[in-house]
Amino acid sequence: MAVTVKIPTQLRAATGGEAEIEVEGGTVGEALDAVFDAHEGLRERITEDGTLRRFVNVYVSGEDIRFRDGLDTELNDGDEVTILPAVAGG
Amino acid sequence: MEVRSGPLLAHAEVFFVGDEKEGSEKVSNLQGLRCKECGTEYELEARYVCEQCFGPLEVAYDFSGIDAAEAKRKIQAGPAGIWRYADFLPFDERPKDPLEPGLTPLVKADRLAERLGIGEVWVKNDAANPTHSFKDRVVAVAIAKAKELGFQTIACASTGNLANAVAAHAAAAGLESYVFVPADLEEQKLLATGVYGTRLVGVRGNYDDVNRLCTELAETRPWAFVNVNLRPYYAEGSKTIAYETIEQLGWSLPDRIVCPIASGSLFTKLGRGISEWLEVGLVEGELPAFHGAQAEGCNPVAEAYAEGWEVCKPQRPDTIAKSLAIGNPADGPYAVELARATGGSVEAVTDEEIAAGIRLLAETTGIFTETAGGVTTAVLAKLAEAGTIGADDRVVAVITGEGLKTLDAVRAGHRVEEIDPSLDSFEREIAPASPATVAV
Repeated sequence: MAVTVKIPTQLRAATGGEAEIEVEGGTVGEALDAVFDAHEGLRERITEDGTLRRFVNVYVSGEDIRFRDGLDTELNDGDEVTILPAVAGG
Repeated sequence: MEVRSGPLLAHAEVFFVGDEKEGSEKVSNLQGLRCKECGTEYELEARYVCEQCFGPLEVAYDFSGIDAAEAKRKIQAGPAGIWRYADFLPFDERPKDPLEPGLTPLVKADRLAERLGIGEVWVKNDAANPTHSFKDRVVAVAIAKAKELGFQTIACASTGNLANAVAAHAAAAGLESYVFVPADLEEQKLLATGVYGTRLVGVRGNYDDVNRLCTELAETRPWAFVNVNLRPYYAEGSKTIAYETIEQLGWSLPDRIVCPIASGSLFTKLGRGISEWLEVGLVEGELPAFHGAQAEGCNPVAEAYAEGWEVCKPQRPDTIAKSLAIGNPADGPYAVELARATGGSVEAVTDEEIAAGIRLLAETTGIFTETAGGVTTAVLAKLAEAGTIGADDRVVAVITGEGLKTLDAVRAGHRVEEIDPSLDSFEREIAPASPATVAV
């Protein structure tokens, strides 16, 4: 599946300033791995021991992936995967 | 009923001339922003996320230069609101604030304590703020910082109380504001926001949807989102509830604190505020036991506490306590840690218990609180019932908002008895005259 991964401003130093990255992936985990392959610095910033850090939110077309299957959430062609900080609000 | 609004009002007028030593050079207590997860430090700017690990940033201070006796004198001679604690807030100079919140009453609730079998209950009534909730404190701090950083527009994601506060304080400061709320919010909270002339945006979704939208907007708009890009400063305002409580208890600590949890920011900042004053020597003792209060219809922090988790599993809220309806709480993990570390707990109560809590507080203290206060009171009652809190305890219950904002919660709790305007009708319908009454 061809999907777009949206990178928040706080992580763009690790992507050379890129705000959106087009990758291939059947699941959120595969899409993020493809992003990490292209920009290795991102991996350690948002994952720890293979899972997302606790202050990282990931959404597929606006829905938190923890309401679906987490990193195993399946993607459709054209989906938007958004990474956002979890420390806002309240 | 004893009410302590501070021993301090008599001193309020002298601070303008007496609070700084002439010729003395003020040393800044501020160090910068620091990541709570990895410790990376940043300048004091509109930034809230660590670029290294995505953790939350908070303001770092160095209080080693503070003399407790001098700090106490300065506080007591300070203004009658949160800015008396300016040395413990993220400013080098006390901000000018036309709508200063704080110094709300701490009410000794003897009838409530007696009803529940608790030694002492003190109610911190934060409905007595300019827009009737504790959010005035955090917004006052955030807007003062926004002005210092040069922002022209203030914004927020809100469950209602914050909306009121942002709209009001922005109006008082003459700044443009945008307020984002779930579209199905209580009418009272919408009206009490729109009246200030803000751009009120109802988002078709729940609070977590609103919050996500605002997090995205904060990346593209040059605005001060008080609880997004200014969150490290904003959250500091909650510490002032802890400072006031200590001061109003005669510079001492309660044994336990019961406090509502939405994002967990207020809860954890109360802990931080007390820790700071213990460190400086303004109060002696140890951290009270912290008991968090949530609604069963949105209890991600209580669930994480009960299950022994390090993180909170997000939920889709379904509760009458809309001001606590955050299914994905930013400070949830820290709230769980604080409850565990202090021997407290995080509890949840049903919507029926919340409505009963509102009535219990009203009937025993004369304080009419909103649903969040009903959650707090219901949890206090639940802890008393379980024997966790008892006759040896001095407890502070943090009541964060005003009952007039959530009228639907109590509509079924009473009835109006209608009569004709005559003695006959009154005696027939309401209270028959007794022989003694007739004799008089």
